[in-house]
Amino acid sequence: MSNSIMIVGVGGQGTLLASRLIGHVLIEKGFDVKLSEVHGMSQRGGSVVTYVKYGDKVFSPIVGEGEADFILSFEAIEGARYLKMLKKDGLLITNTAQIYPITVITGQQEYPTEPIDALKDKCRVADVDALKLARACGSDKAQNTVLLGVLSRYMPEIALESWLSAIEQLVKPKFVELNKKAFLEGRNA
Amino acid sequence: MKQLLLGNKAIARGLWEAGVKYVSSYPGTPSTEITEEVAEFSEVYAEWAPNEKVALESAMGASLAGARAFTAMKHVGLNVAADPLFTSAYTGVNGGLVICVADDPAMHSSQNEQDSRHYARAAKLPMLEPSDSEECRDFTCLAYELSEAFDTPVLLRTCTRVAHSQSLVELHERADLPLKEYKKDPSKYVMNPGFGYKRHFVVEDRLKKLKEYSENSPLNFEEINDTSVGYVCSGTCYEYIKEAIPGASVFKVGMSFPMPLEKIRAFAAKVDKLIVVEELDGVFEAEIRAAGIRVDGGKDIFGCIGELSQSKIRAALGLSLPESAEFDQPLPARPPVMCAGCPHRGVFYVLSKLKLTVTGDIGCYTLGAAAPLSAVDSVLCMGASIGMLHGFNTVRPEASGKTVAVIGDSTFLHSGITGLTDIAYNRSISTVLILDNSITGMTGHQQNPATGLTLKLKEVPPVSLEKVCEAVGIKRVRSVDAGNLKEIETALREELAAEEPSVIICRKPCQLLKYVKPKPALSVDADKCRGCKSCMRIGCPAVKFASGKAEIDSAQCVGCGLCSQMCAFGAIGEGKHE
Ligand SMILES: Cc1ncc(C[n+]2csc(CCOP(=O)(O)OP(=O)(O)O)c2C)c(N)n1
Repeated sequence: MSNSIMIVGVGGQGTLLASRLIGHVLIEKGFDVKLSEVHGMSQRGGSVVTYVKYGDKVFSPIVGEGEADFILSFEAIEGARYLKMLKKDGLLITNTAQIYPITVITGQQEYPTEPIDALKDKCRVADVDALKLARACGSDKAQNTVLLGVLSRYMPEIALESWLSAIEQLVKPKFVELNKKAFLEGRNA
Repeated sequence: MKQLLLGNKAIARGLWEAGVKYVSSYPGTPSTEITEEVAEFSEVYAEWAPNEKVALESAMGASLAGARAFTAMKHVGLNVAADPLFTSAYTGVNGGLVICVADDPAMHSSQNEQDSRHYARAAKLPMLEPSDSEECRDFTCLAYELSEAFDTPVLLRTCTRVAHSQSLVELHERADLPLKEYKKDPSKYVMNPGFGYKRHFVVEDRLKKLKEYSENSPLNFEEINDTSVGYVCSGTCYEYIKEAIPGASVFKVGMSFPMPLEKIRAFAAKVDKLIVVEELDGVFEAEIRAAGIRVDGGKDIFGCIGELSQSKIRAALGLSLPESAEFDQPLPARPPVMCAGCPHRGVFYVLSKLKLTVTGDIGCYTLGAAAPLSAVDSVLCMGASIGMLHGFNTVRPEASGKTVAVIGDSTFLHSGITGLTDIAYNRSISTVLILDNSITGMTGHQQNPATGLTLKLKEVPPVSLEKVCEAVGIKRVRSVDAGNLKEIETALREELAAEEPSVIICRKPCQLLKYVKPKPALSVDADKCRGCKSCMRIGCPAVKFASGKAEIDSAQCVGCGLCSQMCAFGAIGEGKHE
């Protein structure tokens, strides 16, 4: 049996770094780990998905329907798009910050009103305004580590030090302090 | 200790460990990172070639000279390299040669869903299919042994989920190999009809030996558990089956050509039903059936479109899926868009404003086909914009004042020059726009011959696009600032009116390049904004409309100024407007 985390967001939001940080701490903990990413076309502001799978032995690198223990959504409606991948008792961790897709900007389609409330009717939700917290730490770009901080609360098997040391090892030195601060903001939010 | 590596990085590691000396590729998702990663090793010569055919030919040259050589490409890249590929089976190799081809089922980043396994059969070359990163490394090393033992190039086939997944890999040391001796041997390397005919016998004989190898190789193995159904699969489908149906009997094909049909026959005899699980075409199924082995299901269950997954396999087999919720409100689509500040945006705005017919090409600028610009009429393959323009204008000369081709700098050097030569030679009155953003953007910023830098970031004289166009016979060649709508429009009107072939080079570097410093974000003066939405027509993700006025998202805006050029009321500018 393996566990599954799905990270969804908008191209350019730093979902790849988040999945690599999670992968790093899980390997340190001795799990077999697989990550799956999609590069290329979808990075240009489109909807993006990365998968993290871990356990004693992992086969498929992707997450199937009803299999995700966690969905970590970097944007308010992206989690909704992949809701059917969430386990029945899984947890959706979502940013409340919204990014309008081009279809909404150009008036072809509408952005749902109160998407988070609608999600709360469907599943367990932990929501956070990661944009606000990241900005307070000094950069909008740190939203990914804020969200990772929230996730870390629900993964008690991973020690805080382990997360922080992953940030030290995988983030560019210049941004380590900023990201650690953002991570702790998320963790304590 | 094992390391978590991307499939592509594991292949690069395998290349280094196998003592490979020469790598030449052209980028293409999902194969690109192999060449980028292997370039990090100082022992390996690595380069970007102008296209896949040149990459393979140069790798053949390095192999002839006695080095272990390599090239990687996406599935459609192999079409471009197909000419040297087929005859490379005849010549065989000197130093080992491996060709990695990366398929993209579900078309995450491609223009078609072709299945490269057909190439192995058509070109009569052995093919290996790894299913995770460990196998990516292992199979790469093994491919060189096979290549040299059987005197043949070897195809290594991956797909998006193998190339772009990370899993644990054991690392080994590099085997440093001297160059093999080079001996002149026209009967092996000069493929004229006389020698080629004799080599065809060698090819057929080699295939028999490879078949025998495949039957006995540990690359192909069975796992017997529950014998009610046995599943035959390869690559990523093996991982899906193991997860979808724990405890199933499975035959894993690691060498997918020539197939181990006798081993599969023996496996089939041990299970009640045999089901073939493969993405895309029914290649295995057809061969297994043709060998007279009973197949109880395959393409009739899974279809031949898109990717599989553990869920899709279970659903197709009528097995239960775990319960899950579904969001019941409509969600707006979120397709990829040109970035804020993209130098292609202005060109496509003018093309759509002038209502031109546009034969398009492949790159970030393919996004010019999307609303609201909707400026592209055709996209076929790299380079096709120019050839299609020539054909279009030749049979519809009256349209030539209203029809243009658009092609990126990398794509032009990949396969646009021959099309332009056709225009110049056969004199169609055609206007080609080269969108020179100083980089290969779509695949994630690779250098190309016009950027003045190599893969290993050595400075070199850049190809002059102007001189190339002039040299093939285009007299009217001019360049414009791609960030200036008026300049683009004037140039287009003049060149479309001219009674001879012409090229307009639209220049402005990709704004994601590190050396391009973003300008301060623009903002809207709400007093001056009349809410006319002109600025929305360029389809910039940073320009929004809220409560009757335009609004600029300062987090995304890089100050390119296109929207302010659109505004007739001077409402958009630098500095804060409250
Ligand atoms: C035969 C082939 N090789 C590679 C690719 C992958 N690919 C798609 S577009 C592209 C290059 C785009 O670069 P450029 O023409 O400079 O345009 P840009 O994306 O920078 O706008 C590549 C390599 C492909 N689609 N087909």
